Amino acid sequence: MKAHVTVTLKSSVLDPQGQTIHNALGKIGIEGVQAVRQGKYFLLNLSPALSQEAARAQVERIAREVLTNPVIEEFSYKLEE
Amino acid sequence: MKFGVIIFPGSNCDHDTHNVVAEIAHQPVTYLWHDSDDLKGVDAVLVPGGFAYGDYLRTGAIARFSPVMQSVKKFADGGGLVLGICNGFQILTEAGLLPGALMRNAGLKYICKQVHLRVETTETAFTNTLKKGEVLKIPIGHAEGNYYCTTEELKRLEAEGRIAFRYSTPSGEITAEANPNGSLANIAGVLNEKKNVLGMMPHPDRSSEPLLGSADGWRIFESMIAALATK
Repeated sequence: MKAHVTVTLKSSVLDPQGQTIHNALGKIGIEGVQAVRQGKYFLLNLSPALSQEAARAQVERIAREVLTNPVIEEFSYKLEE
Repeated sequence: MKFGVIIFPGSNCDHDTHNVVAEIAHQPVTYLWHDSDDLKGVDAVLVPGGFAYGDYLRTGAIARFSPVMQSVKKFADGGGLVLGICNGFQILTEAGLLPGALMRNAGLKYICKQVHLRVETTETAFTNTLKKGEVLKIPIGHAEGNYYCTTEELKRLEAEGRIAFRYSTPSGEITAEANPNGSLANIAGVLNEKKNVLGMMPHPDRSSEPLLGSADGWRIFESMIAALATK
């Protein structure tokens, strides 16, 4: 089983890197993008022995305690069989 | 009184910090290895600058899981003095010993230059020989020094006198131009609730003797020694 975890800055936190990417899009003439937020992606290969429920609990713990700094970041994830 | 300087893989100000204590303060000082939980009976812990564990994942994020940091947490909970400088500050916020987080500089650049800091409180073990409102000249060298915390946390920090230093003009005014990295409320250094843990982005270890362009950083070490002497 695989877990795809995405970590982004909370919407209340300024993202200067995302803004810089957004500005660059304008410079090459790409229109129609209202904002860019930068984040990180993690792929976790989980043991096939884990149940869905156990996998969810483990991924959430890893994301909460290691992959994010809860002061400024939040996460979302998807499990794949 | 004995000082301990932590060495993580990737620390690069460990020797500078050790040098201040050994050669300027003339106090006993020992290195503390990241992989050991033995604090060797030190009276104060210095968490130096650098790029602990390569700053992989986030600055300070991996360092907080090291054995030495588990002991530093207990040491701090028991009232022990802990000073985190630059990467040391980032590690202490990640470890939950200090509030807030250090984000990428607003201008996205690594900045290495002298800055001015206004002393915001003198009622701490780190600032007791300073005067409130006094301005120190101390250099910064970082890409992730943009201090952030929630509005409620900021209110608490202000009400409890836990902001130690703010970036200021040479005459002590708090302006946007004097803020090198976009830090909230020009914050350059914060204290924990009990005020025995200080984290600061500027480097007192790089400004403790006149030859380096400023000896103002020495005042912070001097304060720590004064505080430990009366303990």
